[in-house]
Amino acid sequence: MPKKVENVGCPYCGVCCDDLVVTVSDDGKKILEVENACAIGNQIFHHATGGERIRLPRLRQPDGSYKEISYDEAVDYAAKVLHNAKKPLIYGFGSTNCEGMAAAAKVAEKAGAVLDNCASICHGSSFLAIFDNGYPSCTLGETKNRADVIVYWGANPAHAHPRHMSRYSIFPRGFFTGKGHKSRKIIVIDPRHTDTAQVADIYLQVKQGHDYELFDAFRAVVRGHEIPDVVAGIKREQILEVANILKKARFGTIFYGMGLCHSDGRNHNVDIAISLTRDLNDFTKWTIMAMRGHYNITGPGAVWSWQYGYPYCLDLTKRDIAHMNPGETSSVDLAMRDEVDAFFNVGTDAGAHFPIDAVKHLKKHPWITVDPNICMASEISDLHIPVGIVGVEVPGIVYRMDNVPIQYRKVIDPPEGVISDEELFERIHKRLCELEAEEAAKGQVKAAPEGVRAESEP
Amino acid sequence: MANRITLNMITQRSIEEGVAMEKGKTTPEYFEACSIIEMHDDDVKALGLVPNQLVRVTSECGSVVVKAVRGRQSLYSGLAFIPQGVWANQVVPPRTQATGEPQYSGFPVTVEPANGEKRKSALELVQGAVGLWRGDQ
Ligand code: SF4
Repeated sequence: MPKKVENVGCPYCGVCCDDLVVTVSDDGKKILEVENACAIGNQIFHHATGGERIRLPRLRQPDGSYKEISYDEAVDYAAKVLHNAKKPLIYGFGSTNCEGMAAAAKVAEKAGAVLDNCASICHGSSFLAIFDNGYPSCTLGETKNRADVIVYWGANPAHAHPRHMSRYSIFPRGFFTGKGHKSRKIIVIDPRHTDTAQVADIYLQVKQGHDYELFDAFRAVVRGHEIPDVVAGIKREQILEVANILKKARFGTIFYGMGLCHSDGRNHNVDIAISLTRDLNDFTKWTIMAMRGHYNITGPGAVWSWQYGYPYCLDLTKRDIAHMNPGETSSVDLAMRDEVDAFFNVGTDAGAHFPIDAVKHLKKHPWITVDPNICMASEISDLHIPVGIVGVEVPGIVYRMDNVPIQYRKVIDPPEGVISDEELFERIHKRLCELEAEEAAKGQVKAAPEGVRAESEP
Repeated sequence: MANRITLNMITQRSIEEGVAMEKGKTTPEYFEACSIIEMHDDDVKALGLVPNQLVRVTSECGSVVVKAVRGRQSLYSGLAFIPQGVWANQVVPPRTQATGEPQYSGFPVTVEPANGEKRKSALELVQGAVGLWRGDQ
């Protein structure tokens, strides 16, 4: 009899749907059916057992082809690359569990590496704005149960977070919002008239790159000041109308996305979005939330902040003394300045998602990819180490976009012999310790720079 | 002389890209989902394009051939869109305004008909960029 597994979490986007029902074949080897997931979530589960999987690490040969090697050999190779590099970069973690992230951080500290996650090219700007200006946020449950006005600004959940609207904003009947769609106003602000704009009550086509001005206009109006006839392509009357709706809301949430973080202004766009949220709290309850992309990209921020005090762009070259300075310690900037001499791509695909110039710079040095699947990064790597798929084959903790931790489960076993990210990084850590001990025995230990360590208490 | 216009480029996720990416970046689905550009009708007209014609998109840091399609979303004249992914990142400037985040949205590109040219596959673009491309295997 095929087995139905309920309350399964989806390892794709930051909505972290945890209501999936997955039917697994008799022998527990094949995924037969996935209920409740969107098109993307569906694909993840079916792809896991549908196609050919990589079952062994693959090492690049002099003729450019790949040769399969054992996990032991791969761990040794990876540890040696880290050990020999002056400043390796370990980047990614959009798609793994918190256990794997913590283990990778141990490796980064031991290796004196830079440790960064996909927020670096995604919501990193949000971190900067939040450090400067605070984060008057809430959980998705609060939005679902209380919000009567919802703003999507520079975000297109219909494409990037397909069930966000049905689970949390437009359609669900919340505790205090019993009528679902009818009791809610949805405002979409975006230069593109997207599929999300299609379902909005009000759509403002802001001029690309001019979000800051529009936020500023809203702030001016909310505080009772005059504004020009047109701001950022939007007519004064429309701005007044929307400002009025924002002020009259019982509870509102601004969900914002890459439209703010990827455009001119970056963190300043988010900063002023937070300021508008704060201003609105003089009148009623408003909250703001970053539409975090991958299902556990909130995870490394939580895990590493707890371990080191910083969520991303962590320079651990002085080992246990962490330093963070985006622009200096951020992956793309490090790559473009040629400041790193080895690259670990973990649970992401820098080959496809970094600007190609950054890829070319990183590729001057050893490049190791840790990922369950074939991707662009794996196809230009010196070493590709496959791991089990979190949420499908490996359980673990993930953080939803509103910082709520959720325990994900596994529904099938990974392909025989394939290990988890966590086990892989633990083994690399152990091998690094051995390499260090071997060197120490020879009297040439890779010491921390002098004078940077605080005196320990006697 | 061929037409050529300057547009403001944005690159973001599409659901087709999301689904195809999970299927695999070497699949025809990913190719069709990501090697495209969307523009406003006025700009398509200015370029004298027929539907599904290939165009060459060039930015300050690179160039790529993609197919001009009519998408479900609408853009205003002067704005262009390539879904996030391998083709977009051939032209995305790596400048970050000291935040770490590349200029994925809001950078100038020129667009012109790509007569007689072909779209390259994801593998050819990425492996080609780092000297690993060995032709269609
Ligand atoms: S909305 Fe996101 S988390 Fe939910 S099923 Fe779709 S991809 Fe998975």
